[in-house]
Amino acid sequence: MLSFFLLILIYTGIYSLMALGQNVITGYTGMLSLCQAGFFAIGSYVTAILCVKCGWGFFATIPVAALLSAMVGVLIGLPTLRLKGDYLAIATLGLGEIIRNVINNWDSLTNGPMGIQKIPKPSFFGIEINPYSKWGYLLMVAIFVLVFYLLLKRLADSRMGRALEAIREDEIAAGSMGINVTKYKVWAFAIGAACAGVAGSLQACFSLSVTPGTYTFMVSVIVLCMVVLGGMGNFKASIVGAFIIQLISYFPQLVGISNKFPAQFKQILFGLILIVMMIYRPQGIMGRSRRSFSKTGRSCPFKFLASKVRTVFKSSKEAGR
Amino acid sequence: MRILETQKLTRAFGGVIAVNQVDFYAEKGLITGLIGPNGAGKTTLFNNITGLDQCTSGKVVFDGHDITKLPAYKISRLGIARTFQNIRLFKELSVVENVMIGRHYKSGDPNKGRFAEALKSYFKLESSEKTIYEDSIKWLSFLELEKAADEDAKNLPYGLQRELEIARALATEPKLLFLDEPAAGMNPQETDHLMMIIRKIRDLGITIVLIEHDMKLVMNICDSITVLSYGQKIAQGTPAEIKSDPIVIEAYLGKEDEDE
Amino acid sequence: MGSVSEFFQHFLNGLTLGGIYALIALGYTMVYGILKFINFAHGDILMVGAYIGLFIFDFLRGDKPLSAWWFVAFMIAMLCSMVFCGLLGMFIEKVAYKPLRKATRLAPLLSAIGVSFVLSNLAAWLFGTQSRKLEYPFDNTPIVIGSGSNAVSITPHQILILVASALMMLILKLFVDKSRMGKAMRATSLDQDTAKLMGIKSDHVISLTFAIGSALAACGGMLIALDFKVYATMGTMVGLKAFVAAVVGGIGNISGAMLGGLLLGLLETFGVALLGIPQGYKDAIAFGVLILILLFKPDGLLGKNEKEKV
Repeated sequence: MLSFFLLILIYTGIYSLMALGQNVITGYTGMLSLCQAGFFAIGSYVTAILCVKCGWGFFATIPVAALLSAMVGVLIGLPTLRLKGDYLAIATLGLGEIIRNVINNWDSLTNGPMGIQKIPKPSFFGIEINPYSKWGYLLMVAIFVLVFYLLLKRLADSRMGRALEAIREDEIAAGSMGINVTKYKVWAFAIGAACAGVAGSLQACFSLSVTPGTYTFMVSVIVLCMVVLGGMGNFKASIVGAFIIQLISYFPQLVGISNKFPAQFKQILFGLILIVMMIYRPQGIMGRSRRSFSKTGRSCPFKFLASKVRTVFKSSKEAGR
Repeated sequence: MRILETQKLTRAFGGVIAVNQVDFYAEKGLITGLIGPNGAGKTTLFNNITGLDQCTSGKVVFDGHDITKLPAYKISRLGIARTFQNIRLFKELSVVENVMIGRHYKSGDPNKGRFAEALKSYFKLESSEKTIYEDSIKWLSFLELEKAADEDAKNLPYGLQRELEIARALATEPKLLFLDEPAAGMNPQETDHLMMIIRKIRDLGITIVLIEHDMKLVMNICDSITVLSYGQKIAQGTPAEIKSDPIVIEAYLGKEDEDE
Repeated sequence: MGSVSEFFQHFLNGLTLGGIYALIALGYTMVYGILKFINFAHGDILMVGAYIGLFIFDFLRGDKPLSAWWFVAFMIAMLCSMVFCGLLGMFIEKVAYKPLRKATRLAPLLSAIGVSFVLSNLAAWLFGTQSRKLEYPFDNTPIVIGSGSNAVSITPHQILILVASALMMLILKLFVDKSRMGKAMRATSLDQDTAKLMGIKSDHVISLTFAIGSALAACGGMLIALDFKVYATMGTMVGLKAFVAAVVGGIGNISGAMLGGLLLGLLETFGVALLGIPQGYKDAIAFGVLILILLFKPDGLLGKNEKEKV
């Protein structure tokens, strides 16, 4: 039971990363992308292939996974991001399917439908993190989520975040304010893709194997559902949304009544959540996160740290004089 | 000195020629009015100049730059700002955030790429955001909107939304400001206030071009007026000249009584 | 290329595939024309149509051996399935899209994804995950025309597809161009508010649009179900490609959807047969085409340039 709950938390973490990325794309920039599953797959396969075939360590594969996902995102994004939102949704949906298609057919690299097994357990400076023991893995995933949350939160609070929101609100007006709309859209897309890539890495080394069947369109919809449920344009909400959705998906197993529900029950519920949320609470449970610009200064996760560093820096400079 | 000049600017939508060989110009530091009956091509001309729409032929020169083919964001960076006929605020964002977006380009080192600047602001979030915020508040105070700073833009009354759009445009520190029907939907008091604002902006040394149907406003504050009709420029001159121009009276002013 | 007959054979195959795409693309295009949003659930309605048709057909033919009755039963099944899906489409519109008419642009899209998810998983739950076979209601031995290296073969199924899709499109085109309701539809798609002022009940028009689109999808669903199997996610890929077809032709344009469908069918067939694109990557062709079209002619072949008014 506890171990099962830990499993839920680990999946919450992995999906949170994807949801954070989706939130940059959809919540902040207002683009409906439906291929988080594709980038998730790329991340997983990068880790699996580099670990198994090239003998890389797990942590070394993560930047590669993030980068490659982002690059594929940009490659596909450049032609499609100029389009109206609805086209983008379909184009990205197609992209997700193509990625799966390629993975399924590129036997020499991906082993096709068989997938890749026996991914080595990750180790951190000699300490092996065993996915089966869960606690250690949960800690690692939690750190990843925290770091990404802080990075993205800061991004959203910066000028770039505001530019993204301007694009969401009104592209034409944003352009007239001197914002290079296409460029920011591509960046948002790349960042979202990179998040999913990292999530893919974590997924691969958690399950110690990858198969194309894991990365279906369903994953993209579930991630979207998390963002919508939590609240678009709010990173904290994405994590909350991820937790709620994971809890719902595993609730029957958690309390041991899984045999009373059909396997499709949760998916049907997710679909209903999307519809009902859109009609009754489109802003999600928590709503958009608002920045306050009061005179006391703005809330910022790094603020304390930053001011500390600054004072230390300043005093050392003065001491130098 | 002409800060903006269009040369034989033409925009055709299929067979319909919305703007036909128009030579429009604006003198630096003055207020130029652009008037004409509905459908005369005024907004199309604005859109062509500000890069929201590409002209079919002709040329636009601004401050020595050929901006004919430039995208909107580059034109904005060169120093042209605008407001929109049907207000286009960032509705879900707060009033001050709207203006802060206007500061997007100008806050920072103009020699560096905007993206590099945005990245830099990422690492120096505190200080860079503080400057942007303070600058924005300054522009809000200029339009006496600072009390509403934390309000959502969509919750402002209509007249103030129009003023906020002006504040947002001013925040880009333009040399030239386009106002597309700034007084539309305003009551007489609001219009008077607007006229005061427009003069204040002119006194900052910003050139203004405005489209307006409110003749009282146009005749009162414009230094020069250009009249468009069916896509063609039919007259240009001082308000007094325009008032007495028989072609204009026929094409436009003569109809005013029927219109409103 | 082998010979003229081989070329003609591929052409025929492409045409039949394209006919189906066109039928389904019509649903996307009609809804987009009026509501300006992509009905993601369209492919799943197709799947529901195939299931309903399958059940009615199997029930009607019972244990009887293959005979003319099978074909009659198939036609009855198709008709029932079309009516059912038409109603289903109207129902979905009322429940999931209508409350969102004034909402943000993303809202109906997300809601449609929700509907799609509900439909496909509900089907998997109710009808099982095993795929089922819809029997040919006729002897599907190919008819060979010509002989030797000049032979071209066509299956009765292909004939059915060509006849049925041509017929449906003809009826639709006549309906939209000539009838009163069709005129109301066109008016609504041009300007919903003005159409309302002219006394057109736009709610009715929208309902009808969904009904017609969904009925056509059901028809298309049954036609493909004969060659492919019937399963819960059968509509996803076909739906996507039909959407691509609609975009290629110019979304919102009925003739465009037909043209786009046929073109896409031909491109896929010839892409695999002549350009040597491996079968496994066949699905990628459609998306390649989509991206190319969007890059070079974003409004599609017959679409009108629609720019946001500033």
